[in-house]
Amino acid sequence: MKKFNKLLNRLGIARIIIILFFIALCILAVVIKLPISMLLSETIMRTGMYGILVLAMVPGIISGTGLNFGIPIGIICGLVGGLYSIEFNLNGFTGFFTAVAISIPLAAAIGYGYGLLINKVKGSEMMVGTYMGFSAVSLMCIGWLLIPFNSPAIKWPIGKGVRVTISLSERYAKVLNNFMNFKIGEVEIPTGLILFLFINCLFMWIFLRSKSGVTMKAAGDNPKFAEASGINVDKCRLRGIILSTVLGAVGIIVYAQSYGFYQLYQSPMMMGFPAVASILIGGASTNDAKISHVLVGTFLFQGLLVMALPITNEIVKEGDLSEIVRIIVSNGIILYALTKAGGGEECE
Amino acid sequence: MSESILEMKDIEKEYFGNKVLKGININVKPGEIHAIVGENGAGKSTLMNILFGMPVIHSTGGFKGEIYFNGKKTEIKCPKDAMNLGIGMVHQEFMLLPSFTITENIKLNREKTKNNFLSKIMGEKVKTLDMKAMGADSRKSLDKVGMTIDEWAMVEGLPVGYMQFIEIAREIDKSNIKLLVFDEPTAVLTESEAEHLIDCMKKLAEEGIGIIFITHRLDEVMMAADSITVLRDGEMVANKKRGETNVVELAELMVGRKIERLVNKNESAENEEQKETIMEIKNLKVLMPGEEVKDVSLNIKRGEILGIGGLAGQGKIGIANGIMGLYESKGEVLFKGKAFKLNNTSEALKSGLAFVSEDRRGVGLLLDKSMELNIVISSMQIKNEYLKKIGFFTQMDSKNIRKHALKMINELDIRCRGPQQKVRQLSGGNQQKICIARALTLKPEILFVSEPTRGIDIGAKKLILDLLVKLNKEQGMTIVMTSSELSELRAISDRIVIISKGKIEGILKPDDSDADFGLMMAGHYHKIQKEEL
Amino acid sequence: MSKTKISVNKKSEMAAKINKILFDNMVTILFIVLCIIEIILSGQSAYFILNELVARIARNSFLVLSLIIPVIAGMGLNFGIVIGAMAAQAAIIAVAHWQIKGILGFLLCILLSTPLAILLGYITGKLLNKTKGQEMIASMIFGFFANGIYQLIFLLLIGTIIPMKDPVIVLSSGVGIKNTIDLSGSIKYSLDNLIKLPLSITLAIICFGFMVYYLWKYIKKREKKNLFVSLLFIIAGGCFAVIYNYEFMLNKINVPIATMLLILALCFFNNFICSTKLGQNFKAVGQNMHIAGVSGINVDKVRVNAIIISTVLAAWGQLIFLQNIGTLNTYGSHEQVGMFAIASLLIGGATVTNADNKQAIIGTILFHTMFIVSPMAGKNLFGNAQIGEYFRVFVVYGVIGVSLGLHAWKNQYEKNKLMKQ
Repeated sequence: MKKFNKLLNRLGIARIIIILFFIALCILAVVIKLPISMLLSETIMRTGMYGILVLAMVPGIISGTGLNFGIPIGIICGLVGGLYSIEFNLNGFTGFFTAVAISIPLAAAIGYGYGLLINKVKGSEMMVGTYMGFSAVSLMCIGWLLIPFNSPAIKWPIGKGVRVTISLSERYAKVLNNFMNFKIGEVEIPTGLILFLFINCLFMWIFLRSKSGVTMKAAGDNPKFAEASGINVDKCRLRGIILSTVLGAVGIIVYAQSYGFYQLYQSPMMMGFPAVASILIGGASTNDAKISHVLVGTFLFQGLLVMALPITNEIVKEGDLSEIVRIIVSNGIILYALTKAGGGEECE
Repeated sequence: MSESILEMKDIEKEYFGNKVLKGININVKPGEIHAIVGENGAGKSTLMNILFGMPVIHSTGGFKGEIYFNGKKTEIKCPKDAMNLGIGMVHQEFMLLPSFTITENIKLNREKTKNNFLSKIMGEKVKTLDMKAMGADSRKSLDKVGMTIDEWAMVEGLPVGYMQFIEIAREIDKSNIKLLVFDEPTAVLTESEAEHLIDCMKKLAEEGIGIIFITHRLDEVMMAADSITVLRDGEMVANKKRGETNVVELAELMVGRKIERLVNKNESAENEEQKETIMEIKNLKVLMPGEEVKDVSLNIKRGEILGIGGLAGQGKIGIANGIMGLYESKGEVLFKGKAFKLNNTSEALKSGLAFVSEDRRGVGLLLDKSMELNIVISSMQIKNEYLKKIGFFTQMDSKNIRKHALKMINELDIRCRGPQQKVRQLSGGNQQKICIARALTLKPEILFVSEPTRGIDIGAKKLILDLLVKLNKEQGMTIVMTSSELSELRAISDRIVIISKGKIEGILKPDDSDADFGLMMAGHYHKIQKEEL
Repeated sequence: MSKTKISVNKKSEMAAKINKILFDNMVTILFIVLCIIEIILSGQSAYFILNELVARIARNSFLVLSLIIPVIAGMGLNFGIVIGAMAAQAAIIAVAHWQIKGILGFLLCILLSTPLAILLGYITGKLLNKTKGQEMIASMIFGFFANGIYQLIFLLLIGTIIPMKDPVIVLSSGVGIKNTIDLSGSIKYSLDNLIKLPLSITLAIICFGFMVYYLWKYIKKREKKNLFVSLLFIIAGGCFAVIYNYEFMLNKINVPIATMLLILALCFFNNFICSTKLGQNFKAVGQNMHIAGVSGINVDKVRVNAIIISTVLAAWGQLIFLQNIGTLNTYGSHEQVGMFAIASLLIGGATVTNADNKQAIIGTILFHTMFIVSPMAGKNLFGNAQIGEYFRVFVVYGVIGVSLGLHAWKNQYEKNKLMKQ
């Protein structure tokens, strides 16, 4: 019982509910004889697909700016990079890496500006970040209408502006997924995708052990301490935000190549929330995150969503439980994290 | 005995086995001004917390002793009880809402109301405020404290001195007020305002209100108080009537205690004059809120332990914080003969200073990180030590870090489960040792240590002080120790600087008389010397 | 409390005053200019704009006004009003199911939604007490969360766990409420159609009302200025009355008087609350929770009360909104409610810590003017109506973002300044 209480304290009630729910779904899936291997393949694929977007949360949290709800800003940068790779008529890995190469400097520059802003609003980073993300997406809606693209794959055949969804099927859809992919039994392993995620995680791990990474941790953990050790806290926060924005940009390109489409206009608006929720489910809080939280959280969250859909279809035939589960779980865990962040200080 | 308004009998209080009050007796009569004097940590605030039934008392096991109010034995369980009995408090920090008028502040949560059409259905809460009646009440109270200011003026932008009087007006506006506690009310006031306040206090006393007056300022005590209780280390050392005592005696009573010298006297006194000056501070000003340094000039000598003492809020803490660049400062500082750049923490650390902060948990530590990281992080940042370079990357040198951490654990005798334990889980004394270990890792020429024994149990206190002495003797490290505890300053320092009102009141040797220390702490040394001349 | 008289010597003082007024109302003035430009660009007729605007003011003001009390209580902009809106929609679905028509249906909606809103407001308030300092993001996320629960109930539980047989509003499969519910069989226009008067008459009545008010003020205070103002109003009122007798577009625009009266009542209610003990508690807690607590005010309870009031008002506001729209978009009507109301309030010049009725009303007028004319203005300017539409979406988010940012920045700046003092 004591052990159980300890576990409860460490995981928190919200996480326990989610894990129990996950287990319940797993059992249900077995009971109603859903093809487990297919569900597992799908979950692994989606973990790789979302992983980098979730990883983008890490530098933000560690540098002390909290959950980066402003990630749509990075996503837009990634989309711009992606569109230019198509505009240049590139295919396959060349196309994919060109998209990444274009979006990184762009995201770094935009992230720098966004970071300056975030440093001005200490204490309200999350709220301001959310609305800066929303504003950027809606401003970019006008941008998509006005930026001159010539590729017929991007433009509407008639009228102005770019298409709402841009197919990648003839360019670099699933280049990562299909790279060296293999099957274990019925379970498909998208090697390239997972490898790419792991490489990014490795880079992050290395970064966090470098001098900038360690000082960033200190700045995030206790800004006053950092100041007293001669660390420039604002600079660390800025670095965190830039890194987060860049990862957001790379993340959306990885996402899109797996999904097969770039989705423009309003669609990046809400993409920050599942990423935030994933890392929180993995065990992160508003001021502490690890790479293991990214991997565990993404897998759990995507697993939940993958299983919810066929299971509801089995049970009620109607309606999409998956979407409802996504809304309740992701916002529930964010709320939970917020209450912990607020109450934590009083417990001291 | 029934003529006393308040009687506190044999009050004892323990915090986690640490006795902070040891049998205090206080007796206040109506119309009497009763002063309670004592150093920081003498037990004054704990005593008042008991009187007001603050939750901090009851959540730590309550107290022993009895309280009689108006001759009746009373139990005060929460601040509201105290309020209902008619005990009021004039706070040290102002509890005023800036965008309310003076009237609204005076009547805060005791507003006068009148009925309206809705209040009959929806109850008390939606009764309309009766501003006119509230204004009239406020006017009366303001007149009582001798304030002519318009009762409808906004509090925002009023001079600090006024706010104190508004606070008093608020307390005496309570119809049942019988006992009023003034908690260091003159700390932020100018001299003329302070005099006005004492007049006001006397006037209130004449109306039959009992007054408890807590202060450091001994001359004010002599001016105002009818009787005086002196507390020291939780003990009641004296209870005097006015006229029975004088400032010098009070000062002595406040400070006096046995001094246990940790350093051999002969050694420390040797040829002090010949020691070379390592740091010269001229006209230092530090804008540290609550601990402002106004004008300090001081020489620090190589190889000495310099103590900086003084009462809380006088600015002693500000000196080290200012030099380390943690708060904005002005002035001229020479370090080893060269000009030293102020307001730059990084430079200060690079040039060979290190600092152990008074705010151990707030500034001193990364509580949720490992011990070893806490120990090396400053030198990693400042000196690029404990890092490996691999191509473009730098990486933490785990092996070296571990080695160094183990060495420090061994040398400073840090009790822990291992170098990877989180700092939060350690005891206060061990946490403090980690702060010192981090400072030592920087291999500093001058080590600034602020309040090294605050919140640490007695056994660990001695260990920390021993450690400082050892560093000083064996490595010849110059140490500047700031502390509120005079006894520990006197135990290890070669010289002790006493700060009062942001300036140096004087420099004393550890074996100078208690009265000298007491008078300097209270800021009266110069005044009295002048009078004697 | 006499106003200073402005003489020629005080010209510079007046200039400074005007400067301050301009600076304090920067956002509002910016939007006034923007609206004027867009109106000109759109080239739409005054009749069209006014007609739309009157409808939209009646529809939306109540929701915007429901935001004011939490702001006063220091809890910022209550993104949680969407929860009140959900309570209202639950009531509407019930009433639509029972097919109770007209004003009776509307009153039943109020009766049903109020206790639900009180309960939900209580939960929201409790939650916000746990997230002090992050109330806005917490209330926003709680809104999203509640939306998930709402969908769970009306999409999945209806017809499975909650028995309900109604082919009109339940999906053909028998599980879940339909996406849109036509309210013409229940509460559509039930409040709006209660009393309707042409705009000219309405304006005339308003003018006469003001005339009486200023005349009364004159009698009480004997200031010439009041007499003059009341004279102005009687002239204006007369003009409107005269217009009524001629063919003019003002006569063709109908004003839902009952709705407007409700909005007016809420304005009075907000002011009334501020003058009571409860309001004083809100203001005290809003300024400094610690000091309020030391004075014996139960801070947490006061905050919960503020959110309950706001949630209930928001529920009523959503009822007014939907009875005018006439169709309930079951899973969409509430989603944008909070955002639009908050953007309106901010455009009116309110901030995270300061809001009043005037700002709410002015903000609603400006926001919806922009909403009406933006697409046409975009089309005429860029040849693309979409740009105008995206622009107005951007304005919603942008104004909230900028306003939150400015507030946080100002807080940080003042904190630093305080440290240096």
